[in-house]
Amino acid sequence: MIIAVASGKGGTGKTTIATALALAAERPVLFLDCDVEEPNAFLYLKPELTVRRPVYRPVPEVDEEACTSCGRCVDACAYHALLALGKTVVVLKHMCHGCGACAIACPTGALRETSHETGYVEAGRAGAITFAHGELGIGEAMAPPVIRAVKEMYPDWEGTCIIDAPPGTACPVLEAVRGSDFCLLVTEPTPFGLHDLRRMVEVVRALDLACGVIVNRCDLGDDRVGRYCRAEGLPVLLRIPYLPEVARWGAEAISFVARLESWKTQMAALLGRVEEMLGGDRGHQR
Amino acid sequence: MEIAVISGKGGTGKTTVAALLGVYAAPVVMVDADVDAANLALLLQPRIVTEEPFYGGQVARIDAARCNLCGSCEDVCRFGAVAGGVVNPLLCEGCGACYHVCPAGAIVLEPSPDGYLYGAEGPYGPVVHAELSVGRGNSGKLVTAVRQQAREMAGRGGIAWTIIDGPPGTGCPVIAAVSRVDLALVVTEPTRAALHDLERVVDVVNHFGVPVAVCINRYDLHPEFRAAILDYCRAAGLPVVGELPTVLEASRALVAEKPLCALMQTKLALMCAQMWRRLRELMAASISCD
Repeated sequence: MIIAVASGKGGTGKTTIATALALAAERPVLFLDCDVEEPNAFLYLKPELTVRRPVYRPVPEVDEEACTSCGRCVDACAYHALLALGKTVVVLKHMCHGCGACAIACPTGALRETSHETGYVEAGRAGAITFAHGELGIGEAMAPPVIRAVKEMYPDWEGTCIIDAPPGTACPVLEAVRGSDFCLLVTEPTPFGLHDLRRMVEVVRALDLACGVIVNRCDLGDDRVGRYCRAEGLPVLLRIPYLPEVARWGAEAISFVARLESWKTQMAALLGRVEEMLGGDRGHQR
Repeated sequence: MEIAVISGKGGTGKTTVAALLGVYAAPVVMVDADVDAANLALLLQPRIVTEEPFYGGQVARIDAARCNLCGSCEDVCRFGAVAGGVVNPLLCEGCGACYHVCPAGAIVLEPSPDGYLYGAEGPYGPVVHAELSVGRGNSGKLVTAVRQQAREMAGRGGIAWTIIDGPPGTGCPVIAAVSRVDLALVVTEPTRAALHDLERVVDVVNHFGVPVAVCINRYDLHPEFRAAILDYCRAAGLPVVGELPTVLEASRALVAEKPLCALMQTKLALMCAQMWRRLRELMAASISCD
């Protein structure tokens, strides 16, 4: 069973919820921090990271001997990553999406793909939790290749997997949540939270994923999120009030389930409920 | 002069700070560059004047009448967007590799409807915002388009200041939001996670040669991390232009009918006025140094 924790809006408590679920789980879980632009889950889970691998994305290299400066690669590149300069072609690596269209278009085989390091992934264990995360290199624009690498760290995992998704509703989020069985949408009861929740629900529906909503800081706003969920038939699985001490523990990256036994029970129950909603052990058949 | 308000970590208060700075910067062009979770307009409630579709790139479609199901498009697609002779537009990045490889000429590349761009009249000047179609790529391009429209509006109205409410993270929309701005204001908070994210986003902004100033939001949340942020800023030579306390009424203000007015009733307003003064002094000083 793969559960992705996502939100649209940033700072609603994705990482807090995702790490709490992992810590409250009664069975060993796999935790994948897919917010590779700003990974934070390791601060909460403190895994011992024993594996570190660079992540590469393909970029073309021009063999100047073979290049006839016909310009077809430049025309073929949808991302303006190739530039004809006199008799040579210059590759702008940061613009390249690694699609390979230029090499297909080249009639003389002058474009060869090489690897550009775009970030890294790390993995290890934190008690019963198996953990992996990634970090996008500084100045690198595209998160999806690093997110894919995080998701490919444990391809044979069969138990429960928890994915901490990045904020937003664009391609990095799509990459993080696709292939999940269930999406937990964390929001807050403000117009910002509602607006971004609506967008996230569109993403989840476009991917045909099951989902449920968690309203965090549920007492700092109004009931528009609740009304929206009722109207759309979205189950609100949990409401968490604002607690100053939880905010302080959060500042230190200490999970509230480590301090409040009652919330640990609630988070374990939430995992159970999601499992139930998915109809038993569907996750194990994947 | 363009100021981009960013944060690395989401939810630190970028939009609230940007909107309150705008009050004092007026007349100012306000820009929402968080195109996949755009919230600034919810706060400013501007009157939309123009709406145009945004085509950020192209998307492939397979003409079934010509397709002979050879599968070469599926083999060549690196984004897993083609399956069984059908393109999933959510996954297609519009690279055209399939178009170049198709022996039957069955692939059509069409403009990709990636979102909408809005020009609006706000309480203290023009507001430019956008909405990326859900799940689309090209968010960086849409940010660039939003900024381009903002520049035109600033030029037309003879408006000196532009404030950009940026996206979280460090990837393409952030790079598009900060590239060539005069200053990046990073809004952080005294938490371990936000400090980690602050360091990363400052590295990214420095990478693009943009000066940085820092605002610590909810500074009273944790004294030790506040001290750690101040130490980091001192060591990195980053000016801290403002520190804002935890104001729960600010969250509640957001649900008011006129959220900006409600926000102006909180003590954040006066503090943002001071922060705006410091930002102006800072930018005036950097210009005279140049």
